[in-house]
Amino acid sequence: MSIHDILFWFFSIAMLVCGFLVIANRNPVASALLLVLLFVFMAGLFVLLEAFFIAAIQVLVYAGAVMVLFLFVIMLLDIKASERRKFRVLSIVGGVAVAVAFVWELKIVLGQPVKLLTGGGEELHGGLEQVVKPFFAHYMLPFEVTALLLLVAMIGVVLLSKKEVK
Amino acid sequence: MTSALTLNDYLFVSGLLFALGIAGVIIRRNALVIYMALEMNLNAANLALVAFSKFNKIVDGQILVFFIIAIAAAEVAVGLAIIVALYRRKRTVSVDELTTMRL
Repeated sequence: MSIHDILFWFFSIAMLVCGFLVIANRNPVASALLLVLLFVFMAGLFVLLEAFFIAAIQVLVYAGAVMVLFLFVIMLLDIKASERRKFRVLSIVGGVAVAVAFVWELKIVLGQPVKLLTGGGEELHGGLEQVVKPFFAHYMLPFEVTALLLLVAMIGVVLLSKKEVK
Repeated sequence: MTSALTLNDYLFVSGLLFALGIAGVIIRRNALVIYMALEMNLNAANLALVAFSKFNKIVDGQILVFFIIAIAAAEVAVGLAIIVALYRRKRTVSVDELTTMRL
């Protein structure tokens, strides 16, 4: 068992435990902090997959920007830890049933033999150049449209946050 | 580096995280926590895409993940703004009490 495998199982199990605690915790602040931890472990998995650029983006955008946004909103809303509000039995049963059904289906699907593409270009080495180059060649238009979408989202957020929308 | 990990291992972890996200969306009543569970779902999809990209030796999966992260950032900003606007009007973020559109 190489160090690679050990790290994989460590990151995976830690990530899943964090994911469980996020949905099991009563306090939204604790949930948000556990979610940050989950994103960091996910970045670790990305590093194991030699997707270094994605791992960096994951930490910067998700663990940094998105979660700061979450924490700010929790602060603004002044939410108390949901006091002993009993979860409805029906929704717990439904949620667990859907999750179990999904995992069962997943096991069936993963039982099938996997056919990987062969001759799919050169080996990925995780270098920045290999990942970023397509943005300026084949994926030029989607890249620019993403910029436009971020602008639209920004305007929308400013408009939504105004005191009274007439 | 010889490791015994296969594509299936990564896909299984990704699927488990996705299942946790679905369960969170259905079980929780707090709109903010529902949003966090949705983010978990998006991350599970990202993990599957990066794993496919690695094992098929095609870089396009990672590019798709980049776009997903950009869209998710925009989506979180808009969604949280909607939740704040909702809170201003209704003084609650519990989805049980937001029943204006219930027939």
